[in-house]
Amino acid sequence: MSDSIRDRTAIVGIGQTRFGDKGLPDTELSLACQAISLAIDDAGVLPSEVDGLCMFSMEGGREVEVARNVGLGEVTFFCEVGYGGGAGCGTVGHAAMAVATGQCEVAVAWRARKRADKKSRVWSQASARLSDYTQWSRPAGMLRPVDEIATLMRRYMHEYGATRDHLANVALAFRAHANRNPEATMYERTMSREQYMQARWISEPLCLFDNCLETDGALAVVITSAERAADLPHDPVFVHAYAQGLPTQHQTMSNFFCEDPLRGPSFACAQRLWANSDLRPDDISCAQIYDAFSPLIPLSLEGYGFCARGEGAAFTEGGALEWPDGKLPMNTSGGGLSEAYVHGFNLVLEGVRQMRGTSTSQVEGASSCLVTSGEAVPTSALILRN
Amino acid sequence: MEKGFLLPDLEDVDSRGFWDGCAQGELRVQRCTSCGQLRIPPRPMCPGCRSIESDWKAVCGRGRIWSFVVAHPPLLPAYAEFAPYPVVTVELEEDAALRLVGNLVHSAEGAINEVDPDSIEIGEAVRVVFTQVEDVHLPRWVRDS
Repeated sequence: MSDSIRDRTAIVGIGQTRFGDKGLPDTELSLACQAISLAIDDAGVLPSEVDGLCMFSMEGGREVEVARNVGLGEVTFFCEVGYGGGAGCGTVGHAAMAVATGQCEVAVAWRARKRADKKSRVWSQASARLSDYTQWSRPAGMLRPVDEIATLMRRYMHEYGATRDHLANVALAFRAHANRNPEATMYERTMSREQYMQARWISEPLCLFDNCLETDGALAVVITSAERAADLPHDPVFVHAYAQGLPTQHQTMSNFFCEDPLRGPSFACAQRLWANSDLRPDDISCAQIYDAFSPLIPLSLEGYGFCARGEGAAFTEGGALEWPDGKLPMNTSGGGLSEAYVHGFNLVLEGVRQMRGTSTSQVEGASSCLVTSGEAVPTSALILRN
Repeated sequence: MEKGFLLPDLEDVDSRGFWDGCAQGELRVQRCTSCGQLRIPPRPMCPGCRSIESDWKAVCGRGRIWSFVVAHPPLLPAYAEFAPYPVVTVELEEDAALRLVGNLVHSAEGAINEVDPDSIEIGEAVRVVFTQVEDVHLPRWVRDS
């Protein structure tokens, strides 16, 4: 297809602030500007050359403020992608489309987030009277995202015979990767299967270690055309394919009000993603899969076609997700569970590092990486290649 | 005892008929008056035929537990005092794709933590009861045996 964006743009710069699980003094806007500034420098471009901005709808710092702080020139494309953790790959994909279609030449996508403070949790700020979709779950005490995902996981366990051991496979693999990544929040904290099994419950069947970290921090990437990328310092990491996914009769997070709740947004996203790619799941060298909660890994493995329906939990057996020998090394910087939870945007940067060959858990000869955004919300995904 | 629970806005134009039904001891779902498709949560347009005409159909109030969780802290203070407590998702007898989230209790007057979570099984038959919390009548579930 001649008008496909396949491999026509590349990620040429990355930047991230430090991560703070105990909180950082900087505002979200300041963190965003710091990450963007680092990414621009890494790309070897000037702020005045940035003419495209793509951000999460939930961003605290607005485009105008970012442009005024970072010293951007005249911006000709700016957009926002919604649905929280579902947005990350979408911001990169929108930037890639804008560059490929000539709406801008150098675009930045980013996420800055401050959630280390317990008072910042959205679920804890619910108003007394609910008029949106939350009225169908919150009154009964289903208050938090973890309760919604635990509902799906209990059903998944019932239907497919999955166990907590499968979720431990996920949590332990990502923790081991974080233990190799000095930037990761859990760098110095190892975890055993016994520690996982003895952790306190949050929402049965999910325990503390099935939940992501809450982090202050920001990350950004710079996207430009493949032609321009050839003249920049880093080897380009091509945006090979990109898609979003909002499945039939989906309800954000509390996706219980449809025929098949265990068939999540990744299924819809995957259809377009693979259709736009030369690659198949078996060709993928490594994956960075959105992991706000450990059950999202088996659900996503099924959605993106690495295994059949019901086989996602079993896929994690035998060290399949572990660097270096697993069949699909996953979340090689530690992911949301053990590196940092910046709405999954740290997964995008780890995908870039794998393609550059600079991960702290580098997959030897890695040539492609699947990066996904939030499962259980309208989502997005990227296939990166080098 | 349930002060501070999160409650629906009873003036919400789409869902008012549901909550009115609860206040009258009747579990209702929205029905498209053009094609007859049932839907819950309610919404302005029928996704089957795009009609904006609908009414409310009383259902039998029986269903089965589709899934459940047991919530532990951190929770909002009003709920934390009951923790750990189970929350069930029930599929309605009329159509298994019609589901409601609620609490499993022994009786309408019971506390949301009165059923031993270890005794709950997916597939259990339940029927609706209604519990008044402030000015709202919340549908809850008791075992139907």
